[in-house]
Amino acid sequence: MTSTLAPPTAPSSAEGAAGTRRPRPGRARRARGPRALTPASRVGLGVGVLWFSILALVPLVAVVVETSQGGWAAFAHALTTPQTAAAIRLTVLNALGVTLLNAVMGTVIAWVLVRDSFPGRRILEVVIDIPFALPTIVAGLVLLTLYGPSSPLGVNVANTRWSVTLALAFVTLPFVVRTVQPVLAELDRDVEEAAASLGARPFTVLRRIVLPALVPAIAAGASLSFARGISEYGSLVLLSGNLPMRTEVASVRILAYLENGDQTSAAAVATLLLAVSLVALVTLDLLQRTVVNRGTH
Amino acid sequence: MARTSPWVRRTLRVVVVAYLVLLVGWPVSLVVRATFADGLTALSGALSDPTVAFSLRLTVAVALQATLLNTVFGVGISLLLVRTDFRGKRLLSALIDLPLSVSPVVVGLAIVLAYGPRGSWFGPWLAEHGVDVVFAPAGIVLATAFVSLPLVVREVVPVLEEIGTDEVQAARSLGASSLQTFWRITLPSIRWALVYGVVLTLARSLGEFGAVKIVSGNLEGRTQTATLLVEQRYHDFDHATAYAVAFLLAAVSVACITLVTYLRPAHGADR
Repeated sequence: MTSTLAPPTAPSSAEGAAGTRRPRPGRARRARGPRALTPASRVGLGVGVLWFSILALVPLVAVVVETSQGGWAAFAHALTTPQTAAAIRLTVLNALGVTLLNAVMGTVIAWVLVRDSFPGRRILEVVIDIPFALPTIVAGLVLLTLYGPSSPLGVNVANTRWSVTLALAFVTLPFVVRTVQPVLAELDRDVEEAAASLGARPFTVLRRIVLPALVPAIAAGASLSFARGISEYGSLVLLSGNLPMRTEVASVRILAYLENGDQTSAAAVATLLLAVSLVALVTLDLLQRTVVNRGTH
Repeated sequence: MARTSPWVRRTLRVVVVAYLVLLVGWPVSLVVRATFADGLTALSGALSDPTVAFSLRLTVAVALQATLLNTVFGVGISLLLVRTDFRGKRLLSALIDLPLSVSPVVVGLAIVLAYGPRGSWFGPWLAEHGVDVVFAPAGIVLATAFVSLPLVVREVVPVLEEIGTDEVQAARSLGASSLQTFWRITLPSIRWALVYGVVLTLARSLGEFGAVKIVSGNLEGRTQTATLLVEQRYHDFDHATAYAVAFLLAAVSVACITLVTYLRPAHGADR
């Protein structure tokens, strides 16, 4: 953080909103002069947090509360209904598989983008970001034109389980690439040169020097990609056909429950999805930290 | 890999290009071809359909409002997160990233449960005061702002951290007001990060589908956005219109991304 950059004698640096510049003296907690909140920035923070609560926190809490009102029995019942259980299993397994695929392919793509140079590399940069910007419904339509019933390749995955894998691979493509790429670009190549000059084979250099440095970034990208994978909806609407027990994912189940007026079951599945992505993000955050610590010792 | 063998290098290059072409490049180019299969007739036919025109106008209006909200919020919160200390800062910083990993369907459900017309927390109270959120444009803006919330913050925070506060403090010690410092010092130094953030937010907002589908009620000519129209027309076998509108959405989002990609390295010093 930048706290070390702020000399204690300086006036308030929180100029986010107009107002008095005097830091509030004598606050019990660690009011370190320039970094303490001024009255104006206090108002700004209040407004910001209020808006964030109205927009995101209150609605998300409403989902969890709706689930808890049904009680444990209703929660368990909603999740163990065969159709819902099948949807959750399909979603989680596909998200895991695609995350694994991204961990490998994303790293390879990042390597090629950073270490290789060839005409058209800039175009690849754009291509990688397309899935992030393309509206999900358009992504589904796009995949359907190449891998649907009228495929010029003769490959038709529409309404099969492969369609789910394909759609998830499409929408999660940028995550690992974009987290690994900057780390790889910053990597000190002298260490690799030294290892190579000491007789290390390229594979050894890769395994012992390059990969350990990249693991935290790969893990971060993988966690984002998994969280995105289990929550995907838009790209599957046209592609997977939403066949119960076969190609129906968890998000589609939530929508189906909601359309049938069963808000409690919809909230139950939604709470599970929220919990799974939260666990994934926290686990990988911890994993990432231990790896980083190990790397510095 | 100081000396990767040319053979490995070439193989990896071919694998990567093939993977990206099969997964993204080729399918996207096919949509362009499907749209222009009969020249411009599909596109002009779609645009002259009043329902299509309405949905495009609604999408643009919603995206602009959501982007404006997220830009103001994003810049303000980024400044507070980077330049001040307060209790719960770490928590707030973590929570702001949450919308990126929440399913759009869950977002829609959450907004319906909190502000919906029946049996929700604030719905009845809002209805008494004549405010419709769900099945109305306000809800669409809310859902869209939710899903694209962190994008500006994620771009601006790293740059703010990197530039530090030396110049700001110099300006302040010379007597500049908070507002002057913001306009003359802080804003110019974060402007590219802000542009990226805004462009990404706009692209994401134009394309939101799942959350909007639940919140809007998908009423043709009233709350149907362009993405919802694509789905409906595809299901109604009006493929020409579906492809034309999808092409328009794709063109705008690809233009946004290309802009960001080509701006970024040219001003790499900002990062």
